Amino acid sequence: MSDLVGLLDHRLLFVTGKGGVGKTTVSAALALLASQQGKRTLVCEVDAKGNLADFYETGPINYKARELSPGLFAMAMDTEQSLDEYLKLFLRIPVMARLGPVARMFDFVATAAPGVKEILTVGKLAYEVRERHYDMVVVDASPTGHIVGQLAAPQAINNLVQVGLVRSQTGWMLDILSDHRCTGLVIVATPEEMPVNETIELTGRVANETTVKLAAIVVNRVLPELFGRSEEEVFDRLAEPENRARLDAASGGSTTALIDAARLAVTLRRTRATHLDRLRAAVDPSLPLLYVPYLFARAHGLRSTRQVAEALGAELGF
Amino acid sequence: MAGRRPSPAEEGKATSLEQLLATREIVIACGSGGVGKTTTAAAAGAMAAIKHDGKVLVLTVDPAKRLANALGLSGFGNVAKRVPTQAFVDAGVAPRGQLWAAMLDTKQSWDNLVLRHAPDEGTARRILDNPLYQNITGRFVQSHEYIAMERLYELHTDGDYDLIVVDTPPTRNAIDFLEAPQRMEDFFKSRLLRMLTVPYRSRLVNFASKPFYTVADRILGSQFLEQIAEFFILFQTMGPGFIERAEAVTRLLHDRRTTFVVVTTLEAAPAHEAEYFVDVLARMQFHLGAVVLNKVLPAYLRAEAGTVIAEHLVADAASLGKELADLAGGDEAQVERVLQEVAESFLRFQVVAQREADEQASLGRIPDVVATVPYFDTDIYDLAGLLRLGEEIWS
Repeated sequence: MSDLVGLLDHRLLFVTGKGGVGKTTVSAALALLASQQGKRTLVCEVDAKGNLADFYETGPINYKARELSPGLFAMAMDTEQSLDEYLKLFLRIPVMARLGPVARMFDFVATAAPGVKEILTVGKLAYEVRERHYDMVVVDASPTGHIVGQLAAPQAINNLVQVGLVRSQTGWMLDILSDHRCTGLVIVATPEEMPVNETIELTGRVANETTVKLAAIVVNRVLPELFGRSEEEVFDRLAEPENRARLDAASGGSTTALIDAARLAVTLRRTRATHLDRLRAAVDPSLPLLYVPYLFARAHGLRSTRQVAEALGAELGF
Repeated sequence: MAGRRPSPAEEGKATSLEQLLATREIVIACGSGGVGKTTTAAAAGAMAAIKHDGKVLVLTVDPAKRLANALGLSGFGNVAKRVPTQAFVDAGVAPRGQLWAAMLDTKQSWDNLVLRHAPDEGTARRILDNPLYQNITGRFVQSHEYIAMERLYELHTDGDYDLIVVDTPPTRNAIDFLEAPQRMEDFFKSRLLRMLTVPYRSRLVNFASKPFYTVADRILGSQFLEQIAEFFILFQTMGPGFIERAEAVTRLLHDRRTTFVVVTTLEAAPAHEAEYFVDVLARMQFHLGAVVLNKVLPAYLRAEAGTVIAEHLVADAASLGKELADLAGGDEAQVERVLQEVAESFLRFQVVAQREADEQASLGRIPDVVATVPYFDTDIYDLAGLLRLGEEIWS
């Protein structure tokens, strides 16, 4: 069954990926793109000690959402504050009980007790979606090792907590997570061995253990193809030892470094291509694969976030 | 045991990884995810097993399947297995010592801890059978990090190995696993633990005056809270043992026989994290033995002479295409395109190489040993590959 929802037509997108592949970059870029397309967007960082702020070159990102640019809001999860809000909104617990040492105690229980922290995170996000405070919520979510736990939290809580208000809350959260036109998961990978392995494994686990739909895979840091096949033959001939003298003479000096660099570029691209092929072969052909080129010119920062947003926009047909 | 290493008294500062691994008994590899930490740890251990006489253990956390297979680790838990001499012979070397490998099995390690520290077998069983046990130990007090350090301590005190190379779990923060033993200790001594274990159903407790419990009761349900309370009551009995152990582990990390190796690539994010690791190690007075830089772009990319040639090619590609067309089949336009592509590609990569060189200079200021590893044209998935990596970092 083909899914007719465009990526930016979702209202809740979780972005995951192995550590180091550019998950936060893509989250930041996707949110920026959505806001540029006129959607009131919230980007939420799940890891309170994360560095989402660096990708927008802005000040600290807190639990209270802050507008970074027109239509783009950012927040970072905080267990204590989300618990406080949760208690206030859903359980109408009197103010006294929410303050100070009680809250700190709860923070520990929330951290130690299985699923509670995940529920608060998923709950907060689902709440924002339900209340339609935003057109789109993009979540810089947990990495591949933990994302399934995060997405399956409402179900896990259901199994563990037999009574109590927390359990009664999980129903509406599950509805939002399992609505394929509303919620989707985006996996970010680079064309390298471990990221591709983990991505393939994750697609299986998400399908089997959660109700969340896989919406797209973003392949980050794709190297450009240097030569077409016939061009490569031309290159090989020019690089031949017997031709080198003329090549050097015409070029004004030794071309060894350039030739070696070109060979390196071809090798890098080639090894990565085999991993990419593996990924393509392992996933559903109807699943969108979006390619983001390797950014040579800069490391990270607002400019690179904009460039990634541009690349994603082009892939999505904007 | 033959091939005696220099004593700590004799050691000066190591100037190579070889020296480092010859003079230390515990080498802890740390770094963010995706930088080749596991492979580097395995490679270092393999080299030590080849060059030095003695038993080397590589303790890995989450190796790729192929690497695990290469080390003979498929599907095994905490039990260490020896990498057969034949595997080395097949890779073209004759090891002087022995290489062993083990995977960290967090669950098994926790179970062992419980069995070790519980006051009696009955209590141990009740803890292990508690439905919350799996979840709680999986997530609190930086569990994986603590277990890695714990397991290291256990292996070290068993005294079976001359060198243990530890591959640590990839953590978001360096401090997490360095402070894990201390945090474990703090938890057991904390007011919080006492609060969690107040007899929940005690009639002596006036619940109206304990907002925490009423709120918790409404939110989580009393059965759940009871389970938590029961679990922590049991858990608390292990306190004295855990505390003593945690202190011993911390001492081991600071010991003169222990050193840390920070592994990273020169991409911005992991490199910054590595810089942070280096700072934290210094601040907490751990020994930084070396920094290993993986996937370093070749030096020729930074040569200014290359820049000049490349810019010349870009500017004059058309006329050079005409001039050199006969060398390659006669198609001028094609030769022009190829020359332009080669030149532009060089310049693109040069920008990256320069950026990374700055990062390398920054990282290289503090450690005594900096080892660099170039890109390989294949992934590392067997012993031969590990040895290739090992040769690059060794001296």
